[in-house]
Amino acid sequence: MRINPRIINRLVRMGLNVQAFFTVGILIIIVAIIFFKGFPHMSFAFIFSFPEDMGREGGIFPSIVGTIQLALLSILFATPLGLGTAIFLTEYTRESLFTKLIRFGVESLAGIPSILYGLFGFIFFVIKLKMGWSLLAGVLTMTIMILPTIIRTSEEAIRAVPRQLRIVSYSLSASKWETIKKVVLPAAMPGILTGIMLSIGRAVGETAAIIFTMGSSLRLPLSVMDSGRTMAVHFYILAREGISMEKAYGTAVVLVLSILLINILAYYIMNKAIARYS
Amino acid sequence: MIDRTVFKERFVKWVLVAFALSSLLFLFLIFVFILSEGLPLFHKIGVKNIIFGFKWAPTKGYFGIFPMIISSFLVTIGALIIGAPMGLSCAIYLSEYSGKKMKMFLKPALELLAGIPSVVFGFLGVIYIVPLVRNYLGGSGFSLISTSLVLGVMILPTIISISFDALVSVPKTYREGSAAMGATKWQTIYKVIIPSAKSGILASFILGMGRAIGETMAVIMIAGNALKIPGSILDPLRTLTGNIALELAYATGDHRLGLFSTGVVLMVIIMILNYVANFGIKRKIAK
Repeated sequence: MRINPRIINRLVRMGLNVQAFFTVGILIIIVAIIFFKGFPHMSFAFIFSFPEDMGREGGIFPSIVGTIQLALLSILFATPLGLGTAIFLTEYTRESLFTKLIRFGVESLAGIPSILYGLFGFIFFVIKLKMGWSLLAGVLTMTIMILPTIIRTSEEAIRAVPRQLRIVSYSLSASKWETIKKVVLPAAMPGILTGIMLSIGRAVGETAAIIFTMGSSLRLPLSVMDSGRTMAVHFYILAREGISMEKAYGTAVVLVLSILLINILAYYIMNKAIARYS
Repeated sequence: MIDRTVFKERFVKWVLVAFALSSLLFLFLIFVFILSEGLPLFHKIGVKNIIFGFKWAPTKGYFGIFPMIISSFLVTIGALIIGAPMGLSCAIYLSEYSGKKMKMFLKPALELLAGIPSVVFGFLGVIYIVPLVRNYLGGSGFSLISTSLVLGVMILPTIISISFDALVSVPKTYREGSAAMGATKWQTIYKVIIPSAKSGILASFILGMGRAIGETMAVIMIAGNALKIPGSILDPLRTLTGNIALELAYATGDHRLGLFSTGVVLMVIIMILNYVANFGIKRKIAK
């Protein structure tokens, strides 16, 4: 018996439709659960007060501060390194063995799972460089982790800048660096910002690499040598050790909401950038 | 004046070279430090006793991680069984069927799914998937199947975005040629488009495997972390990543070295997977 190909075509189309919506449905369900379960436990006081009794009572203020410190400091280190690499790869060389080697390095870094970053950060920064469990050790580990994202997005953004802009700048007798600084980078800025936002999102959500480098102290980190815990680590400890489900849900709302907002902002900037050159 | 500009240009160039080299330096440091901590134990205990050893009792001198290697592969294959068909069909829908407006909505949604932290997946897995498995299938619920389910969803964004890229890069002329022969859309897809995007699609599966095998926080929350090879899909298990994350905080001496040996094995597996996947992607581009 031979089934009409047109009917199969219809059925497949329907099936794929369902499948695509199912996948998006998973995202919606995850976000919905976290929001409905967590919102009752989230309040102004929860965000701005200190935890008591290992997090059973009180709020999550120190972990919010810890998260912001970790994300901003990592970006501060990773952006110049990553952007510099991207500028070098796009503007200063042709494809050669050397650029292949650097690309290999970047790709390999991107493929390393976060637990191995945790192992490395623990042995290198915490033990060998004697930083102890500290904000600094966490920041340096995170810097290496987000470097590939910043390099890739910046490279794409710089490549997308039309050649004519550069030619005009050279014709006005600007030097190479002046052209990059005054013409190329401003034009590529939205794409670069997208990479930075995505990296912040990654730093906010990371757990495995951070828990072994930054530690899990509940105090507010006042210097870079202090240990601290990010929201993701706090959430993990609350949930894993069964300390308090209500507080875990409350933390999850703040965590997921901030990551969603950061990522949505990132894609908004990116779409603006794409609209500009197409 | 001109000298100063030339000087500045050279200075900038060398600074940028130094920045570009930093990635290689970091990669080198990661290798050196994980290997220098992880290899001595292979020498002392023996490669065979670690990789094929069944008993993990680091304080008594047993460092066998064979059950964890097998468990890591089992959850990864489980994740692929769930994630690969879902991801591929989603990618096909996105590249071949969905309208422009649908794409504008679906693609960002998938990117957002990729941004959800793994601890959140782990938490929801414990609260919803584990009891579901316990009540309907039996066992404790902390099992191979629960872990595979959650990992399968977690690797979806990787599989979808990379196989989507592979499908989209199939030349339009192939589609037109097939349509001109009177083929329906689906016939075109599975006889022409999927075969020509094959290497990219396979690469997406392999990168998905890499993500699943390297995933840590969700896995330790759901897998149950028992130290043996699971006999059924309802048995708990401990992966390589789980072993490191569970014990690193308090391990000292040889015990800590044993965790780095676990890390070395994990690193070798990941390197092989990434190498194979990149090979697939490059070949596609070369064609």
